[in-house]
Amino acid sequence: MNQSIFTAQALTKIYASGEVEVRALRELDLDIAAGEVVVLLGPSGSGKSTLLNIMGGLDRASSGRLYFNDLELTSLGDRDLTTYRRQHIGFVFQFYNLMPSLTAYENVALVTEIAEHPMRPEEALALVGLEARMDHFPSQLSGGEQQRVAIARAIAKRPEVLLCDEPTGALDSKTGILVIEALLSVNAQLGTTTLIITHNASIQTVADRVLFFADGQISRIQKNEMRRAAAALSW
Amino acid sequence: MRVLDIKLFRDLKRLWAQALAIALVVGGGVATLVMAVGSYRSLEETRTAYYDRHRFGDVFAQVRRAPKMMIDRIAEIPGVAAVDARIAKLALLDIPNFREPATGQFVSLPEGGQPVLNQLHIRAGRLPEPGRTEEVVISESFAGAHAFVLGARFSAILNGRKRELLVVGIALSPEFIYAIGPGDIMPDNRRFGIVWMSEKALANAYDLDGAFSSVSLKLLRGASERDVIMRLDALLDRYGGTAAHGRKDQTSHAWLDHELDMLSNMSRTLPPIFLLVAAFLVNLTLSRLVALEREQTGLLKALGYRNIAVASHYMKFVILIVVGGIAIGSVAGTWLGIVVTKLFGDFFRFPFLVFVKSPDLYLMAAALSVLAAIVGAARAIGEVVALAPAVAMQPPAPPRFHRVLPRWFNIALVLSQPAVMMLRNVTHHPIRAAFTTLGMALATAILIVSLFTRGTMEELINVTYFMADRQDATISFVEKRPQDTVYQIARLPGVLAVEPYREIPVRIRSGNVERRIMLSGRPRDADLSRIIDVDLRPVVLPESGLAISDMLAQILDVRVGDLVEIDLLEGQRRTVILPIAARVEDYFGIRGMMDAQALSRLMREAPAVNSVHLSLDTNRLDAFYGAVKQLPIVGGLALQRASLANFRETVALLVTTMASIYTGLAAIIAFGVVYNSARISLSERARELASLRVLGFTRGEVLRILLLELTLLTMLAQPLGWIIGYGLAWMMKTNLAGETMRVRLVVENSTYVLASAIVIVAAVLSALVVRARINRLDLVSVLKTRD
Ligand SMILES: Nc1ncnc2c1ncn2[C@@H]1O[C@H](COP(=O)(O)OP(=O)(O)O)[C@@H](O)[C@H]1O
Ligand SMILES: [Mg+2]
Repeated sequence: MNQSIFTAQALTKIYASGEVEVRALRELDLDIAAGEVVVLLGPSGSGKSTLLNIMGGLDRASSGRLYFNDLELTSLGDRDLTTYRRQHIGFVFQFYNLMPSLTAYENVALVTEIAEHPMRPEEALALVGLEARMDHFPSQLSGGEQQRVAIARAIAKRPEVLLCDEPTGALDSKTGILVIEALLSVNAQLGTTTLIITHNASIQTVADRVLFFADGQISRIQKNEMRRAAAALSW
Repeated sequence: MRVLDIKLFRDLKRLWAQALAIALVVGGGVATLVMAVGSYRSLEETRTAYYDRHRFGDVFAQVRRAPKMMIDRIAEIPGVAAVDARIAKLALLDIPNFREPATGQFVSLPEGGQPVLNQLHIRAGRLPEPGRTEEVVISESFAGAHAFVLGARFSAILNGRKRELLVVGIALSPEFIYAIGPGDIMPDNRRFGIVWMSEKALANAYDLDGAFSSVSLKLLRGASERDVIMRLDALLDRYGGTAAHGRKDQTSHAWLDHELDMLSNMSRTLPPIFLLVAAFLVNLTLSRLVALEREQTGLLKALGYRNIAVASHYMKFVILIVVGGIAIGSVAGTWLGIVVTKLFGDFFRFPFLVFVKSPDLYLMAAALSVLAAIVGAARAIGEVVALAPAVAMQPPAPPRFHRVLPRWFNIALVLSQPAVMMLRNVTHHPIRAAFTTLGMALATAILIVSLFTRGTMEELINVTYFMADRQDATISFVEKRPQDTVYQIARLPGVLAVEPYREIPVRIRSGNVERRIMLSGRPRDADLSRIIDVDLRPVVLPESGLAISDMLAQILDVRVGDLVEIDLLEGQRRTVILPIAARVEDYFGIRGMMDAQALSRLMREAPAVNSVHLSLDTNRLDAFYGAVKQLPIVGGLALQRASLANFRETVALLVTTMASIYTGLAAIIAFGVVYNSARISLSERARELASLRVLGFTRGEVLRILLLELTLLTMLAQPLGWIIGYGLAWMMKTNLAGETMRVRLVVENSTYVLASAIVIVAAVLSALVVRARINRLDLVSVLKTRD
C-alpha cells in the first residue's frame, strides 16, 4: 500500500437537535490508503453514513481533523468543499437521489457536464448495464435500476474517490454483483479509492480492509490478504 | 448548464398549472397598471390635442350686452393671444313629439365660417350659409338623443318669439364635451343641446346688433390668468359682466377634468395596490415553491454544483414564470387600455383618439414583479444553500410538536382525528399559515376595493335624490325675476308646491385659497330641497351665516364658526365677511347656501329669484310641460327623475365599468393565490399524506385533513380581508374626492359577501384539483425514501 489518501484524527460529529445531543462520531482515527477498497460494516445508527458524508464534504465535523492528501477538509469553507466534491468525489447514495425530471442519461450528464475528464454518459450507463434504459425517467425505473443510474453518475466523472452508502441495499443478487463488479473494475482501471457501506456481510470479502463500526467509533479493523472477485460473491 | 436547462423546462411543464396561476397573478397586477395609467394618459393626451386643434379658450366671460368695439380693447389686455366674441343665449325648444320642454344653448357663429376660438368639429353637414337665418348646427349628443338627421326641423322660443329651425350640420365642440343644462346636475342630451346659428339671426332675435354677450380669450403662454381676468372684469363691468373665469370653472372642462381625475386617481390608487399585492403573493408563492426543491438543491450541491449555479437555476425558473406573467399582463393591459380609452372616448365624443405609448409603465411593472420574484426565490434558495448538502438532501426534520392544551384535555375526544392533525399542522407552521391567510385576505381585499364603488354610488343616489334634493323639477329663469314670479309658477297646472331660490356667483376666500361658487338663497322653510349635514341629518339654516359643502370647507380649511370673505360678483359687487354656520354633505360640485332674506339684505336688493324647485302632480305632467313651453321667462327645466336616470347611465356607468374591469383582474389574482396556496400545501405535505395512506387512511380521510386546513385558513382570511378591503376602499374614496364629485364610503354587506364568495369559489375549485392530486398520490415513492 502506498501513502494515505484520507487521514482522520479525533474526528467527532455531534448532532444537536434541541435538547438532545447525538454523538454520531466519537474521536475517530482512521487512515485510508489510495486505491484501497474499504467496506464499512456496523449496526444502524453507528455513524457510518456520518463519516462518509464528512469525507465527501457533504457535512462538517464538529471537531477533529480530516485530511484528503494534504488538504485539510475540516478547515475548508463551503466554496472549497464544493470544488473538492466536484473534482475528487463520486457518490452513490443510500436513496438513489436522482433528479425526477431528468432521464437516466441526463442524470449522468448532470455530472459529466461539470467534470474535468468524464466518460460519456452512455459509457457510464453501459458499465451498469443500463444502456437500453437511457431515455427513461426515474419514475419509470425500478429501485435497483435507479441505484445503477446513481452508480453510473458517480463513476462517470472518473473520481479519485467513490463513496457508496449501501449501494446494493435495494438490489437483487444478480444486479448487486453487477454493481460491485462495476465498482471494482473502476477501482482496478483507475485506482479509485472506494468506500462501501453495506449490511451484506458477504461483500466484505471483496475489500482490502473491513471497518467495523459501533457507537460512533471503529471497533475493529479486518485486513483481507486475498480480495475475492465480485463474480464469486453470492447473497 | 445544458442539463439543468432541460430540468428547468421539464419542471415548468410539470408545474404548468401552478406556473400559469402565478403568471396570472403577476399578469393581473401588470395589466391593471398598464390599462389604468395607459388609458388615462391616452385620454389626457387626446383632450389636449382636441383642445389645441379646435382652439379651446382659456378665459370666459358673459355680459348682458357689450359693443363690439370692446373686442379691440380686450385684445389689448397684456397676455391675450386671441379674442372671440359672440352671442350666447339659453332658450326653450319645442321639439315635435317630445313632450318635456328642452333647452337650447344658442351660440352664434360668424357669417360663413368658424369662430376664432372654440371651433366646431363638423361630424355631418356644414355650417349655416350666410343669410340663411333658419339654418342651425346642433351638437351630436343632442342630435343622437332625438334622432335628428340633416334636414330635421324643430322650433325655439328666442326672446319670446317662436322660430322654425333647420338642421344643416351636426358638430362637436371642445367647449361642450359635457353639456349640462341650467339647474341640472347631470348632462341630459334629450333636454339640453347646443345650437349654433348665424350671428345675424341671433343678433336680430335678441336685439344685439353690433354687440356680443359672451367672450372667450386665448392666452399667450406664460400669461397670468388671474391678471387677465381682473382686467377683463374691469372692462366688462359696465356691460353687465358676471365675473370672468378660467377653464377651471368652465362647466364642460370641469366635468371632463373630474372624470379624468377620477380615472387618474383610480389609476394611482388601485394598480399600485394590485401590483404590490401581486408582488407580495408571487414572492410568497415562489419562495414556497423553491423551498419544495430543497432535496434537489442539496443533491446539486452534493454533485459539485456551486451555490451560484444552483441559485441561478432557480432564479431562471422564477424569472421565466414572472416574465410569462409580465407578457400576459402587458398584452392584456394594452388591450384593456385600448378598450377603456375607446369606451371613454366614445362617451366624451372625442372626434379622434391619441394612443400614448408608455414604455415606462411596462418597465416599472416588470421591474417590480421580477424584483418581488427574485427576492422571494432568493430567500428560499438562501436558506437551502446554507444547509450542508447532507442535511438538505434529507427531508426537513419533522417539527417538534408540543402540547398546546393541558394533558388532561384530550382534544381527540372533541374533534375527529383529521381535525386534530390539521390543527397541529397549522399551529406548528404558524408563519406559513399566517402568510397563507394573509395572501387570501389580500385577495378578498382587492376584490372589495374593486366592488365597493357600486354600493357607494347607490348611497350617493340615495342621499342626493331622496334625502336632499327631493323636488320633482327645477325651473331656471333666463334672468333674475322679482319675487312675485313665484306665484305665477305656483299657478301652473300640476304644480303642488314651490320653493324659490336666488343664485349669485361669488368668490369665496379664506387665507389665500379661493374658489368661485354659486351662493344660493333658500327660503327658511324649504322642505323639498333639504340640507343634509355630514351625519345625514337635515339641518335648518341659521338666519345669518353660510352653509358650505363639506368639500369646500376642507379646501378652504375652515370649521363652523370661522369667517370667510365673499366677493359678490353681481349687483354692487361688494366684498363681505360671513361666518360658516354649517357643513353640508353633498356630492356634486361645491356650493354655498344661506337664508334668502339674509342674502337679499346682503345684496341690498328686493327679494328676487333665479329658480324655483317644484313638486309636481305626476298625472298632470303634460299640461305642466305645455304651460312651461309657453313661458318666455323660463331658461330651462331640470327634472330629477331624468337627472337620476342620466346619472345612472353616465357617471355611475363609467365608474361601475371600471370597477367591473378591476373586479375581473382582482378575481384572476384571487384565483391564482388560492389555487397556489392549496397546491403548494399539498406538495409540502405530500410525503406525510402518502404515509397516512400507507398506514391505511382512506383517500377521503387524507383529503379531509388537507381541506379542513384550507377551509380553516380561508375562513380566517375573510374577516381580515374585510378589514383590509375597507381600509383600501377608504383610501380610494379619499383619493377620488374632488370638487365636481365625491362619494360617501359605504361598503355594503353584499360587497363583503361577493368578495368572499369569489375567494371561496376559488378555494372550492382548488380543492377539486387537490382531490384529483390526492387520488394520484404516489404511495410507493414514500416507501422508497427514508422516514
Ligand atoms: N441530521 C441529523 N440530525 C440528528 N441526528 C442525526 C442526523 N443524521 C444522523 N443522526 C444520528 O447520528 C447517528 C449516526 O447516524 P448515521 O451516520 O446515519 O448511522 P448509520 O449510517 O451508521 O446507520 C444516529 O444516531 C442518527 O440518528
Ligand atoms: Mg446510514
